[in-house]
Amino acid sequence: MYQTTYHRASSVDEAASLFGKSSEAKFLAGGQTLLPVMKQRLAGPSDVIDLSKIKDMIGVEAAGDTLTIKAATPHYDVATSDAAKKAIPALAYLASLIGDPAVRYRGTIGGSIANNDPAADYPAALLALGATVKTNKRSIPAEDFFQGLFTTALEDGEIITAVSFPVPAKAGYAKMRHPASRFALTAVFVAQTKSGEIRVAATGASQSGVMRVGAIEAALKANWSPSAIDSVSIPASGLLSDIHGTSEYRANLVKVMAQRAVAAAG
Amino acid sequence: MGVEGIGARVVRKEDKRFITGKGRYVDDIKLTGMTHAHFIRSPHAHAKVKKIDSSAALKMPGVVAVLTGQQLVDDKVGNLICGWAITSKDGSPMKMGAWPAMAPETVRFVGQAVAVVIADSKNLARDAAEAVVVDYEELPAVADMQAAIKAGAPQLHPEAPGNQVYDWVIGDEGATDAAFAKAANVVKLDVTNNRLAPNAMEPRAAIADYDAAEEHFTLYTTSQNPHVARLVLSAFYNIAPEHKLRVIAPDVGGGFGSKIFIYPEEMVALWASKKVGRPVKWTGDRTEAFLTDAHGRDHVTHAEMAFDANNKITGLKVKTYANFGAYMSLFSSSVPTYLYATLLSGQYNIPAIHAEVIGVYTNTTPVDAYRGAGRPEASYLIERLMETAARQLKVDPAQLRRTNFITQFPHQTPVIMAYDTGDFNASLDAAMKAIDYAGFAARKAQAKSQGKLRGIGVSCYIEACGIAPSKAVGSLGAGVGLWESAEVRVNPVGTIEILTGSHSHGQGHETTFCQLVADRLGVPISQVSIVHGDTDKVQFGMGTYGSRSAAVGLTAILKAMEKMESKAKKIAAHALEASEADIVIENGEFKVTGTDKAIAFPMVALAAYTAHNLPEGMEPGLKESAFYDPTNFTFPAGAYICELEVDPGTGKTSFVNFVAADDFGRLINPMIVEGQVHGGLAQGIGQALLEHAIYDANGQPVTASFMDYSMPRADDLPSFNLSHTTTLCPGNPLGIKGCGEAGAIGASAAVINAITDAIGKNDLEMPATPDRVWRTIHAA
Repeated sequence: MYQTTYHRASSVDEAASLFGKSSEAKFLAGGQTLLPVMKQRLAGPSDVIDLSKIKDMIGVEAAGDTLTIKAATPHYDVATSDAAKKAIPALAYLASLIGDPAVRYRGTIGGSIANNDPAADYPAALLALGATVKTNKRSIPAEDFFQGLFTTALEDGEIITAVSFPVPAKAGYAKMRHPASRFALTAVFVAQTKSGEIRVAATGASQSGVMRVGAIEAALKANWSPSAIDSVSIPASGLLSDIHGTSEYRANLVKVMAQRAVAAAG
Repeated sequence: MGVEGIGARVVRKEDKRFITGKGRYVDDIKLTGMTHAHFIRSPHAHAKVKKIDSSAALKMPGVVAVLTGQQLVDDKVGNLICGWAITSKDGSPMKMGAWPAMAPETVRFVGQAVAVVIADSKNLARDAAEAVVVDYEELPAVADMQAAIKAGAPQLHPEAPGNQVYDWVIGDEGATDAAFAKAANVVKLDVTNNRLAPNAMEPRAAIADYDAAEEHFTLYTTSQNPHVARLVLSAFYNIAPEHKLRVIAPDVGGGFGSKIFIYPEEMVALWASKKVGRPVKWTGDRTEAFLTDAHGRDHVTHAEMAFDANNKITGLKVKTYANFGAYMSLFSSSVPTYLYATLLSGQYNIPAIHAEVIGVYTNTTPVDAYRGAGRPEASYLIERLMETAARQLKVDPAQLRRTNFITQFPHQTPVIMAYDTGDFNASLDAAMKAIDYAGFAARKAQAKSQGKLRGIGVSCYIEACGIAPSKAVGSLGAGVGLWESAEVRVNPVGTIEILTGSHSHGQGHETTFCQLVADRLGVPISQVSIVHGDTDKVQFGMGTYGSRSAAVGLTAILKAMEKMESKAKKIAAHALEASEADIVIENGEFKVTGTDKAIAFPMVALAAYTAHNLPEGMEPGLKESAFYDPTNFTFPAGAYICELEVDPGTGKTSFVNFVAADDFGRLINPMIVEGQVHGGLAQGIGQALLEHAIYDANGQPVTASFMDYSMPRADDLPSFNLSHTTTLCPGNPLGIKGCGEAGAIGASAAVINAITDAIGKNDLEMPATPDRVWRTIHAA
């Protein structure tokens, strides 16, 4: 690790102010990506600003038809939150599948979506549920937030403070775990909103990161059942291909995981 | 047995320090004035090193030195050696290129060191390493073994034309051809044995400390065999004579073979500590472990088995290509030859066997012994062949094995090994009963109704352990003898120290070895301590690998104990005014049999050291030593059966049951044995389903971290159903066969046989990843 200066911010404003004063600062949430990269000397920020101890950024709250997860809430807290399990059980289930226990105790929703790894779990939920990303400057619909591999709408120094999820009528998540990293080899989140809209998002599959799957949405709109997806054809072109899964395999997984997510959603 | 004697499930003495974080590993050791080494490693698989410019680095704060491969040459430090000479079928010796500890001219795999920075801290060394400019001229590289042997392939070493190290044969080719000519059926199979990265929990590390006044070196290192390390460092590398080099292997966090070998880093640390006049420490990180710890396996094999009309095997032909990587590591040459082909008879009566093994250089990390070393490759091949044959011949796979089991012992195979004892039917019976083999068809049908493909796979392995009779291995080309030594030191108060040349790096020797003493003397194990891993304390030893520590190392302790007890009995008889022949040892006392006369063991020990009243002419003291050279290998064997389900939608495998019925001979501590089997099974299953060290066509590793290399985790594994059937090994007095590698040897074939049974297709390579299984299911 290169030398760096560590700051523990006690408020969002302080974090933003610290960022403005530094030459090459990085925000630290759970550190599940930043710290390994720093240890390998692939990143060398002058300053590291820790957001994980900011009290206003931790917690899960349900109010009306909205579930809000504050940005520095660890995955374990979401997986075990009564509010999350009651409002959107598929989301709590998703959090329980992230990485391994060590990752779930440290990693946060804000860190996950800010990094926007193409195989991360949360982006699929945000996109399928039509969530809104709250920052210290604005609100960004999930649709606009994710902009391709490791790329988001966040501006330099902008801090995610929370994610708000509209509570759906039904939702389900199914994941094929990457055997080594435990990211998603491919995972699919399906949701039926209270207004009847069908939204399906896949992670781990596309070379462009998390994606909506229009063909499956159309099939499910006609018939909300796993068998409705049988006849859907998912093209392998544009999908990731590596030693753990060919693009053809991932195309198959998009279908199979969508079917299982629908079955889980009921 | 007593409560702590042979056969007792004694909780491990060493675990208190391990699980409370009080273990003392090399990296925990800090010496005054210690410097830190960081190696500069090649990013290229094959390149000329044109120039190394360290001028900027040498000006950086805290930098003590930047040393290069050329300086090793200038100081006449020897190249790394391979300690087992193999002769090709044309009579020529194996062809090897030189392996310098840091490359002065040419690098041949990604991660090979070209220079080292020595600095006041690890971070400063790393900072300075970034300022060292190495000018490489890239050369064409070849990572794939089949590509490496083709005409026109990039050549690694001028000494080895065609990248061929050797072309070695074993067995009777004429008899084998004759058997195939008369065969009623011939079964053919191509298998790949995937390359594995060992990944011991503790990475390799070394601290070298040179004492200029005494011209003496001390090396703390992560070694499975510190005496062998000292021997090799002294005899071949021109570092220091043996009496001026102390090697200490303290607590070591796993080895699996990868810590047998002498690596460049500890050599360089020793050499550098003298050059800079301060202790030098190097601790590898996980990336360095992936790049530089010797890998395991990596075979490609074509095999054919001949059967007569009664389904009796009449012949076996095998041709194997073995990938050695870029250099020949310490025992690499023996692994695909004498540790592999000599086990090709499996548990079966095979009248004629012929095997050819071609060793190949590629631009990859060197390959050497990894848990099982040759025997997993043999067992996997034979057990895949037996399953394939059963399918082709349309007979039950268990029955086909029974038809061909060796049942008379001793049994001389056509490939050197003479099996001493065993009961293969007993193991198979136990495994079949444990898994309810007879009920499988109903369970398969039930699973099918739920959309799952269920399969069952058998693997009947045999291995050669207790390595090894020195004369025998010497005649086969080994550069060392493979006996073991022991010393029993009784203190004047009756506590006992056992010095052993075996080395414990997770095996539980500190408990198991004490149990022998407790068993013989009836003293609690708390009165006994095991001393190992230090060449200044233990006179000599060959170390721990090849499941040899109980069969060979513990037998050496037994021999030393017998000598000590004999002397102690004389002292007791003298004190009790009885005949030596009437003295028996019970519950920590020396008794005159049939009387109530007794003397406690500590009083015997005290008498030996006060020497006030010893038998006429007896030397004071109570300390004996022994060297034990085994008379044969030992032959652990067993039957593993795996039942699993494959999800046809994803190709994912889920275990239903995994039963292991092993014959390890006598068990000293069944709990520790079970732990060894669990670990071995995890590695065997890991090889079958998860692990694969992969290079791209240019020799770049693509699995050099745990983000890409799939290590098995607890939730990847089933609960294991273990049992033992026992035939005592006649080759050693304790009847021990060894248990350290069995799981890794037998498990892979059981898993693949079960998956191929489930999906109804025989052609499936390891690791059987979900993607690979899914594609196999859906292949035309």
